[in-house]
Amino acid sequence: MANPSATGALLPFAHRRARGAGFESLFYYACVGAATTLLCAMAGVCVLLAVGGWPAISTFGLGFFTSTVWNPVTDVYGGAGPILGTLITSVIALLLALPLAFLTAVFLTEFCPHPLRRPIGIAVELLAGIPSIVYGMWGLFVFAPLFATYVETPLMAEAAPGTIWERLFSGIPNGSGVLTASIILAIMILPFIAATLRELFLSIPMRVREAAYGMGCTPLETIWSVTLPYVKRSAIGAVMLGLGRALGETMAVTFVIGNSHHLPRGLFDSGATISSTIANEFAEATSEMHTSALLALGFVLFLITFLVLALARAFLGHGHNA
Amino acid sequence: MNGSLDIFSRRNRRRFANMLFVATCTLATLMALLALAAILASLLRNGFGSLNLAVFTQDTPPPGVAGGLRNAILGSVLMCVGAMILAVALGMLAGTWLAEYSRDSWYAKTVRFVNDVLLSAPSILVGLFVYEVAVRPLHSFSGIAGALALALIAAPIIARTTEDVLRLQARSLREAGVGLGAPVWVTIRRILWKSAAGGILTGALLAFARISGETAPLLFTSLNNQFFNLNMLKPIANLPVTIFSFALSAYEDWRHLAWAGALLIAISVLGINTLVRILSARGQA
Repeated sequence: MANPSATGALLPFAHRRARGAGFESLFYYACVGAATTLLCAMAGVCVLLAVGGWPAISTFGLGFFTSTVWNPVTDVYGGAGPILGTLITSVIALLLALPLAFLTAVFLTEFCPHPLRRPIGIAVELLAGIPSIVYGMWGLFVFAPLFATYVETPLMAEAAPGTIWERLFSGIPNGSGVLTASIILAIMILPFIAATLRELFLSIPMRVREAAYGMGCTPLETIWSVTLPYVKRSAIGAVMLGLGRALGETMAVTFVIGNSHHLPRGLFDSGATISSTIANEFAEATSEMHTSALLALGFVLFLITFLVLALARAFLGHGHNA
Repeated sequence: MNGSLDIFSRRNRRRFANMLFVATCTLATLMALLALAAILASLLRNGFGSLNLAVFTQDTPPPGVAGGLRNAILGSVLMCVGAMILAVALGMLAGTWLAEYSRDSWYAKTVRFVNDVLLSAPSILVGLFVYEVAVRPLHSFSGIAGALALALIAAPIIARTTEDVLRLQARSLREAGVGLGAPVWVTIRRILWKSAAGGILTGALLAFARISGETAPLLFTSLNNQFFNLNMLKPIANLPVTIFSFALSAYEDWRHLAWAGALLIAISVLGINTLVRILSARGQA
C-alpha cells in the first residue's frame, strides 16, 4: 500500500522554483520555525530551571542535596527529603506495577478467552488515559481510609519492637504516606505499562511463537525463551517510560503523600516528592529564595526524568507512541 | 522403562509450572481489573450522586452555599480550545517539517528526540517554564498562560502523529502533485494533508483528551478564579484546579462538587478516546 520509507519525502522536488516561490519559502520557514519552537521549549525548560534555581544551589551548595531542613520561615532549604521521596515512591510503584502489568499483558495475549480479548484490551488502554487527578481523589477518599484501617493499623500492631519490621512500619496510621502514594502511582502506571507491553507482544510475528509451540514448548517456556528475548529491548524501554511517568507525576501523589519535608522514617510515614512540593508551595512562595529553591528542585526532577526518558527512547527507538 | 518414567515426570513438572503460570497471569489480570473497576465505581457513585443541573448553571460557591461549576467548565473549555488552536498549528507544521523537509539531518534527529522526550516530560515542569515566561513578566496569572502551558503539552503529540501519518503516504501522491506543476507547499497542503487528515485528527483528539485532565501545569499559570470570568488575561477558573482545591477542603459541599467535576473530566476523556477508536476503526475498514 503505502511506502513508509523516508525516501517518500518531497525533498527531491524542493529545488523547484515556480510561481508562488515566496509562499514556498514562507511555508518552509514556518515549518522549520515550528520544529525549532519545540526544541526551544525543551531547552527553555532546562535553562530557566537552572538559572532560576541557581541562587538556591549556590547559597546552600551541596547541602541543598543532602540536607533535609526545608524551612520557609528561616529561608533555609535542603531538598534531600523531596528528592529521595521522588525516587523511593517511583521505584516502589514500579516494583508493584511491573509484575502485575507483565502478567496482565501475557494473559491478554496468550490465555484470555478470545471474545474477551478485545474488550479487556481496550479497557486497559482507556484506563491508561484517565487523568491522574481522578486517581489522586480516589486515593484520598476511598483507598487511604481503608488502607489505614485494614493494613496499616494491624501491621503496626503486629510488628515486634526492635525488629526491622517496626522500623519499616513506623509512622502515623492515617492512610496517607509514602507507601500509599506508591500504591496509587502503581495503579496509575499499571494500565500504561500493560498496554505498551501488550502492544509489543502483539508485534511479534505469529510464526515465531508457532515455531516454539510446534517444538512442544509450553506457553510458559514460549514466553520465557522466545517472546521475552524477542522484545527485550523495547520492553525495557517501555518500563522506563512508565518509570518516567511515575517520577514526574504530580496530582496522584500530592493528594496522598502527606506533604512533609523530612526524610520518611518508614513506609507509613508522610513524605513529599519534588512535584508535590512544587505543586503545594510554588504559587504561595513569597521569598525569592523559596521560589529559587523550588525551581532548583524542578531542575533536579528535569535531570532525572530527562535521563530516564532518554534511556527509554534509546531502548525503544522511534516508532512507539505514548 | 526408567527413561520413559523420567520423561513422564519431567513433562508433569513442565505442565505444573505452566499451570501455575497461567493461574498467576489470570489472578494478576483480575487484580488489576479489580483495582481499576474500584476506581471507576467510586467515581461513578460519588460523581453521579453529586451531579445535578446546578453544576452546569451556577458558579463555584463559597463554602456552605449551594453552587455549581459553570465558570470552571467554561474556563477549562476556553483554555483547552485556545491551547488546541496553538498546538495544532505548531504540531502540524513541525511534524510536516520532520516528515517532508528534514532529510533526516542531525538537526531533524535532535528535534525528533526532543519531541519524544517532551511527549512524556513531567507536565509540572512545563507549568514552571510558562510561569517564568508568561506569568512573572506580566505580573499576573492569566488564562493565556494556562493555554500556553497546555499547548506545549499537546503540540508534541500532534507533531508526532503528523510525522508518522505523513510518512505513511505513498510517494506517488507526492509525485502526482509535483507532476501537475504544483509547488511543493501546495502539494503538501492540498494533497498530503488532505489524505493524512484522518490520522492527524486522531492525534489532535488524543492530545485534547490528554490536556483536558491536566492539572499540574495550571496550578501556577491560570491559577483559579472563584468568579465567572472569560477574560483570558486574568486568572481563570478551570475544572482540574477547582477539583484539586475543593477535594482538599474541609467542606462537604465542595467535596461533592469535586467528585462531580472529576466525573465530568473522566467522561469527556473516555468519550474522546472512544471516539478516536471508532474513527480509526472506520479508517482501517
